[in-house]
Amino acid sequence: MTDPLLRLNEFQLSVLREIGNIGAGHAATALSVLMQKEIDMQVPNVHIVSLQEIDEVIGGAEQLVMGVFLRVEGEISGSMFLMLTLESAKFLLQILMGESRQDDQFSEMDLSVFMEIGNILGGSYLSAMSDFTNKQMHASVPAVAIDMAGAILGVGLMHIGQYSDTALLVDTEFWQGNNNVDSHFFFLPDPDSVETIFKSLGVDLG
Amino acid sequence: MNIVKVGMADLDTATDPEILRTVGLGSCVGVAIIDLNTKVAGLAHVMLPIAGKEAVENPAKFADTAIPLLVEKMRNNGAIQNRMIAKLAGGAQMFTTLNQSDLIRIGPRNVEAVKQTLARLNIPIRAEDTGGNSGRTIDFSSVDGSLTIRTVSQGVKVI
Repeated sequence: MTDPLLRLNEFQLSVLREIGNIGAGHAATALSVLMQKEIDMQVPNVHIVSLQEIDEVIGGAEQLVMGVFLRVEGEISGSMFLMLTLESAKFLLQILMGESRQDDQFSEMDLSVFMEIGNILGGSYLSAMSDFTNKQMHASVPAVAIDMAGAILGVGLMHIGQYSDTALLVDTEFWQGNNNVDSHFFFLPDPDSVETIFKSLGVDLG
Repeated sequence: MNIVKVGMADLDTATDPEILRTVGLGSCVGVAIIDLNTKVAGLAHVMLPIAGKEAVENPAKFADTAIPLLVEKMRNNGAIQNRMIAKLAGGAQMFTTLNQSDLIRIGPRNVEAVKQTLARLNIPIRAEDTGGNSGRTIDFSSVDGSLTIRTVSQGVKVI
């Protein structure tokens, strides 16, 4: 049997993109309020990729990133990641904390700032998605690590890997003015939750 | 120098002078096996310990199915099983602040499943760099069986 994700048609993909759009729109607004600066986002990309190819989507598995992970539980479950290049992480810290960084050293306080950013983005994304699908869901306490993007993303992929060889990623990029806050905000629903999402929207997966 | 890239939940073999590389091992385990006489090497990027009951679509993903498949591919390329030795890297816990649920402890469980499978196949482990909290990128040389490990925080080491 082929993976159900590989049978999604263009319309079904656009539904996922729209959910991501609404969720990320709320997340961008929340981040704007926090930073007191206008944050824009791009229309999300929906990627359906095999586990072997996933490092191409995240811009190289060895890329050093600040990664925030939230586990999503409830009627729809999955994993959420905020990944920032260290340059972007410093840029955000500068705006939020008002101090510029020369090196790549981050204090415990800095890390908790990113956990809080993850909390705010994740919480607003999920509440929008929850309203849209009428399904209850909540995020775990965020965890943060500075390491290779592939190693960090692997934490979310193992939830998928037990059942599937294909991951669905809804990927959003954020902007501040003309600066691309070089970041990815990923939602990876668990395989059985993909079906729940479509059912809740009355889309027949056939 | 020819580099053979092995993706997540994937495996491949190489012969002298090729290098097998896998990038961004977190809780996953890189299982490197070589027969130094024939210089036939293999590398698996194992993601999970044990395959479920259902038929496995991708055996390279699980420790208990990936390693036998890797050994078989190496034998098809001329390696002799009772000359094979193994080296391991990976099995880290990427997020220290998370609760220690079973799924989060996946790194140590992966390492354990890899060791059990190697023991069953009578392949000795010559060296390992497992556990910790850092992602690893590894290069496995089919020339001398050296395994070069790069981490972000601890630099480079060769085992």
